[in-house]
Amino acid sequence: MKTTHLLLAASALAMSAGAASALDLTLVSWGGAYQQSQLKAYAEPYMAMHPDVNIIWDESSAEAVAKLRAMNEAGNLTWDLVDVTVSDSMRLCDEGLARPIDGATELAPAPDGTSADDDFGATRVNECFVPQIVYSTTFGYRTDLVGDTPPTSVCDVFDLAKYPGKRSLQKRPIDNVEWALYCDGVANDDIYDVLSTDEGVARAFAKLDTIKDQVVWWTAGAETPQLLADGEVVMGSTFNGRLFSAIAEQNQPIAMLWDRQSFDIDGWIVPAGLSAEKEAAVMDFLMFATDTQRLADQAKYISYGPARASSAPLVGKHEVLGIDMAPHMPTDPANATNVQIYDYGWWADHRDDIDAKFQAWLAQ
Amino acid sequence: MSETTHSGPMLAADGMPLKRSLARALRRQKLRALALVAPLLIFVLLTFVTPIVSMLWRSVENQIVPETLPNTIVALQNWDPTAGELPGEDVYAAFATDLVAAVDAKIHTKLGTRLNYEMPGISSLFRSTGRDVKKWNLETDGPFKEKFIESDKDWGDIDVWKTFKRYSGNYTSGYFLNAVDMENTATGVQLRPEDQRIYATLFIRTMWMSLLITGSCLLLGYPVAWILANLRASTANVLMILVLLPFWTSLLVRTSAWKVLLQQQGVINDLLVWVGLVDDGNRLVMINNQFGTIIAMTHILLPFMILPLYSVMKTVPPSYLRAAKSLGATNWTAFWRVYFPQSVPGIGAGSILVFILAIGYYITPELVGGTQGVFISNRIAFHISTSLNWGLAAALGTILLAAVLLLYYVYDKIVGIDNVKLG
Repeated sequence: MKTTHLLLAASALAMSAGAASALDLTLVSWGGAYQQSQLKAYAEPYMAMHPDVNIIWDESSAEAVAKLRAMNEAGNLTWDLVDVTVSDSMRLCDEGLARPIDGATELAPAPDGTSADDDFGATRVNECFVPQIVYSTTFGYRTDLVGDTPPTSVCDVFDLAKYPGKRSLQKRPIDNVEWALYCDGVANDDIYDVLSTDEGVARAFAKLDTIKDQVVWWTAGAETPQLLADGEVVMGSTFNGRLFSAIAEQNQPIAMLWDRQSFDIDGWIVPAGLSAEKEAAVMDFLMFATDTQRLADQAKYISYGPARASSAPLVGKHEVLGIDMAPHMPTDPANATNVQIYDYGWWADHRDDIDAKFQAWLAQ
Repeated sequence: MSETTHSGPMLAADGMPLKRSLARALRRQKLRALALVAPLLIFVLLTFVTPIVSMLWRSVENQIVPETLPNTIVALQNWDPTAGELPGEDVYAAFATDLVAAVDAKIHTKLGTRLNYEMPGISSLFRSTGRDVKKWNLETDGPFKEKFIESDKDWGDIDVWKTFKRYSGNYTSGYFLNAVDMENTATGVQLRPEDQRIYATLFIRTMWMSLLITGSCLLLGYPVAWILANLRASTANVLMILVLLPFWTSLLVRTSAWKVLLQQQGVINDLLVWVGLVDDGNRLVMINNQFGTIIAMTHILLPFMILPLYSVMKTVPPSYLRAAKSLGATNWTAFWRVYFPQSVPGIGAGSILVFILAIGYYITPELVGGTQGVFISNRIAFHISTSLNWGLAAALGTILLAAVLLLYYVYDKIVGIDNVKLG
């Protein structure tokens, strides 16, 4: 009796000692299917190779900049690696909240020896940002509510005569004002020049005015698939991965409209001010998780394109459905014939200003 | 004999003056009381008062500009912005000194973000010139005016320098002006252009919709509380569960449930179309507007009205109503003259609770409010987590706090805060 107690106590002690020696890494992401794909493609293989590392997830990426700023002010950093969009990475880098990362020494080169910076190419927008995936904000429509002529152009969103019914758009000016100007006849290359003037902004809002009373504004990516599934809207914008799962995984009567899809990139940043031990562990994980094979693996779980050029040929089939993933990627040549190039630098300058006007316009 | 005792101070048994002895005893008592409440007091100070004060502070604080550009600010003092000419080389040279130091400390982009709130474009100006400045030598590379304009032509824009000069102080009224749809321009303080005014509308909407929600909660909650208070205890307890069950359910679940019910292809519309009251082509729009917000928030806040009303009504003896009726009062008179006045403290407590909760709500309006049913708190949340303009968020929050305190004061003057009871 006594010996069993002793044994139990000893093993409990040993276990707690073992748990204490493992290193916890807190990764921050967006939750949902996307975080699941990161868990499967990066975290699980890494933990299998490094039993002493324990990866914990936090689903706070939507408030990443605000929270990192607050943590920095409070001097209490609890995150080790954070998944953010390009525009957030720029703000974090600007404010000195993210650590610069040297592509030559701290990231894995491509299998053929191309340096990481060249392999990522234009997707590595700033020195703090390590890109993972290219996603796009694009439209989906109900196949049974558009008659015999399904929409082929983003301007069909503005055509209430041809496609009556409600549309859902994201409740922010980004993408919407660009689409409005494009459909008002502004050439692709001139969009941001036109938007830089007060008249240009007014022109974009005037175009949006034509459909304003038929728009449902969304704030969470899951809303449009839901609205489409319920038949609340005829067409709506959302992230392409959300539409993929509604179409391929849930067999909803929805189809993709890739015209003028707006590319954005998601990637990692490492918070500035980590302890040396944590930083070494995070950089080791980061080098593994953003190498060519890992980025290609992620595409087995979600229809977002890998950010490395060298990963594209390795994209295979969906892990569960077994369908070829390449045609569902926003970067697939057939889907990317007419793309909206989202200008991060321009929006970093004008976001607050145009957003104020957008909110005033919404409230009218 | 009596004269001598009255001439000196009255003494306690130990020979000390009585006044001092009493004061000492009282002080000891007070200290003991303070020690007892100290944990709570410290807790409230740390978690409630400090954050509020620091928020108030943020709404006027502007130290980043004078701290990052100390030499430029001094040099700009001699520059007359109304003359319509760019500042001279001395200002540009001082600015070069400041910028090199700022780039070294990696704080120049932070300043760019701050000033971009006042003039769109400054953020990228600092970011791009920050890269060039790294290669400059302060001793030999002058004159800097040309160098800056060569780096980015916007350094030759007089408005950039006017913005620097205007926001050079340690404190700024800029955030508060913005929060009331005004701005500080070259020609003085004035209203923003019409296409950028938003906050006044939102403040007013938040107030009157909160009032409306409080009113509908009272209208729906009063009869329910009355029934609960007048039923047998066993039945009342069962009914109480019906009030409390939704109260314990997640806020998001209840809000989403309203979406399912109210949307155009939703349960209520389907039912109305099936009955034939509504034409299939003209389904009612009941969500993503003010109606949706009012319905969902009334439902969510209803328990906060019913519970205080119920606990006050429980204390009203039913015999009073019977007495009034036996003395010849009609049902209405008995209710209005006898019962209702006794339930007023419950109405006061419930209304204050619901109103103050409603004013600060943002998840429900965000989900069901569309464009016309969102509150000021949605903008505050936006500026905290998305635009990161914490100064503006703090100014909006301060105004909201002041408005609530003002309403509380008015309520106290009209109804009297003593006349509020939670049970």
